[in-house]
Amino acid sequence: MQSFWRRFFGNPRVALSLLWLAFIVAVAAAAPLLAPTSPFAIVAKPFSPPLGEFLLGTDSLGRSLLAGLIHGARTSLLIAILATLAAVAFGTCVGAGAGFYGGIVDDLLMRISEFFQTIPSFIFAIVLVAILAPSGTSLVIAIATVSWPPIARVVRGEVLTIKAREFVQAAIVTGQRDAAILFGQVLPNALSPLIVTGSLLVANAILIEAALSFLGLGAPDLMSWGFQIGAGRAFLRDAWWLVTVPGVAILLTVLAINLVGEGLNDALNPRLRDL
Amino acid sequence: MNDRVLSIEHLSVALPPWADRPQAVNDVSLEVRRQEILCVVGESGSGKSVMAKAVLRLLPEPQVRVVAGRICYEGQDLLALPADDIRAIRGGRIAMIFQEPMVALNPVMAVGRQTDEIIEVHTRLRPAERRRRVLEVFADVRLPEPERILKSYPHELSGGQRQRVMIAMALALEPALIIADEPTTALDVTTQAQILRLLKELQARHGTAILFITHDFGVVAEIADRVAVMRQGKLVEHGQARDILERPQHEYTRALVAAVPSLSPRHRSPARSPGVGDRPLLTVSGLSKAYLRRGGFALARRRIAAVAGVSLEIDKGRALALVGESGSGKSTLARCIVGLERADGGAIVLEGRDIAGLSRAGLRPYRKALQMIFQDPYASLNPRWRVGDIIAQGPIVNGTPRRMARAQAAELLRLVGLDPMAANRFPHEFSGGQRQRIGIARALAVKPKLIVADEPVSALDVSVQKQVLQLLDELRTAFELSLLFITHDLRVAAQVCEEVAVMKDGVIVERGATAAIFAAPQHEYTKALLASVPGRDWQRLTPGRNPC
Repeated sequence: MQSFWRRFFGNPRVALSLLWLAFIVAVAAAAPLLAPTSPFAIVAKPFSPPLGEFLLGTDSLGRSLLAGLIHGARTSLLIAILATLAAVAFGTCVGAGAGFYGGIVDDLLMRISEFFQTIPSFIFAIVLVAILAPSGTSLVIAIATVSWPPIARVVRGEVLTIKAREFVQAAIVTGQRDAAILFGQVLPNALSPLIVTGSLLVANAILIEAALSFLGLGAPDLMSWGFQIGAGRAFLRDAWWLVTVPGVAILLTVLAINLVGEGLNDALNPRLRDL
Repeated sequence: MNDRVLSIEHLSVALPPWADRPQAVNDVSLEVRRQEILCVVGESGSGKSVMAKAVLRLLPEPQVRVVAGRICYEGQDLLALPADDIRAIRGGRIAMIFQEPMVALNPVMAVGRQTDEIIEVHTRLRPAERRRRVLEVFADVRLPEPERILKSYPHELSGGQRQRVMIAMALALEPALIIADEPTTALDVTTQAQILRLLKELQARHGTAILFITHDFGVVAEIADRVAVMRQGKLVEHGQARDILERPQHEYTRALVAAVPSLSPRHRSPARSPGVGDRPLLTVSGLSKAYLRRGGFALARRRIAAVAGVSLEIDKGRALALVGESGSGKSTLARCIVGLERADGGAIVLEGRDIAGLSRAGLRPYRKALQMIFQDPYASLNPRWRVGDIIAQGPIVNGTPRRMARAQAAELLRLVGLDPMAANRFPHEFSGGQRQRIGIARALAVKPKLIVADEPVSALDVSVQKQVLQLLDELRTAFELSLLFITHDLRVAAQVCEEVAVMKDGVIVERGATAAIFAAPQHEYTKALLASVPGRDWQRLTPGRNPC
């Protein structure tokens, strides 16, 4: 296990990405302290350029871009992480059930997950948010609903191979109950691919959330990066920073999460990388 | 005249940093002479395969690479040759035969074309001439109907036929040397005997030198002219086959030779014969199990009978060996008995109650009486559980308090010859033999009456195999266990069990006391099996070697 941490943190890309993510998380956690006024409050005249009174200037309604960015980090991360957790929990249950019981259960669960996969995921998310009325909760539900099928497939595949291993059969022979075998023997061994897929899913969730907010389907009472881009896009030529700064924030965060996910994969399967 | 075909001089091959030792091959010098079969023998991890691969530069560089030494073939150092030249030598002058022909052959190309390709790459023969040559070598390796085989795909051939195709490919260009890496290990004994005979005959006819890698002293006795014994990357002994087999000098070679289980069956143990009123512990009658092979799109499903009406009894305290080749249905039978598969028909009566057809939940009360030891010690222990928990899991499920179960686990570990402190460690910290001991301790933990052992030693090296078999034998007497021992190896069966049942194509063809069957087999198949045991004559000729 020690070598896992060494492999993980020894990777410079992972170290840099973790540094960035730690910074974002700290900012998100301390948002009320760093920017005590509401990010929606009008604090100055519109379009004041960066490096003036406000570090990053103000937008078309005179709201501080920096305050928005800080609170946006909070929204993006919170929604992405909650949605991912929900997707992983649900996808794991579906995939584990399908892989473990096989036969008709497998057929049924996999056809259902295929049904979800055949609908273009972003359009499906838009429809869900529209039906549920835009709010933080409906964003989480929409993102989780479109994200769980890949998790279910990964888990099912892992469970199928692990189920065939002899230690699982040994557990059956000793008389363990199905639930104990599934949660005690099978799933712990399926953890590494699940962690990797899950971490990459966070990045995906951030992108979906940003895109929904960009289209004005985000939570109306929560400032978010996607919303900032959406609000600033009409003034791209006059006030480029309104779009660029939150855009770069999304880019760096998603990139960092992807790199961490990749680093996790390398660290969990060292031979895969070396050979 | 120089009669050396290949000479390996002071070869050392480095392993990557995570391996258990720095060098796979450590300063090995060997030579293969014209028209001889040199057997390199060693247990797993001895570096014998790595050495063979180094000759053709097939090592997975840069992780595994040659760090010192020379490999000379016809006056050239193969290690210093440019890539193009080594390619001309591979297949052309030095050919290789691999262990698993199904993997070594391309599954989507007809075997005729695959053989043809080798000739095409190395010669300027025209297609018609090449075709003639392919048919010639196919006939040479005794493939039936070469014309038909030519157009066949690997999956349409049997294991033995596939290996014959591999040999034909190796022979196609009349190489000076063939490197055969465990070419018969994946085959059944009867097929193995045929392939060994074929190799020997071809070698005599063509005068090819063969470097034959194997772990099996029986095979060595069948085929070798000279023998080299390797251990942990070092050459411990080499010389004429007769000398090594009959008068091994090095202590390691002696131990290896002594560990080959004897073919002479054990005597019927003096344990009490069942009384008149005693019912057998387990009675299986008319058991059948068929698998549905799913056809492709719109194809009818095919029923394949794995077990077709098998009946057998096991008395209390007795051991029955179920012997058969792959596909004979012996493992399916075992899985039906322990309830990992549900039989289609027939009865499995354990102590007077029929347990066939019970659901997983319904079987739970009977699990205690019936345990299983698995084949692969690397797959049969959960890598994320501590050894103590693995052993204690059975008793805990059956209601033993956790503390008590853990204490019993420690006691069991001592019983199977491991340190009780091992309970706190994880499976990956143990060797294959030790893991199999842990598997045995797990099976014993619920105090079963019958243990079904499915090939429990076939994944182990011979020296370890011997110890595990001894342990099983001791525990059997100590716990008054009945044993159903599944194996493909007649020698192992002879060591452990008083009774043997020979299985073929889902039915038991012959049953009886081990000694009687070995002395006078009745069924044709049993006779063929017995005649195919490699090294049979060698063992018979050196009776002083057999401890029992």
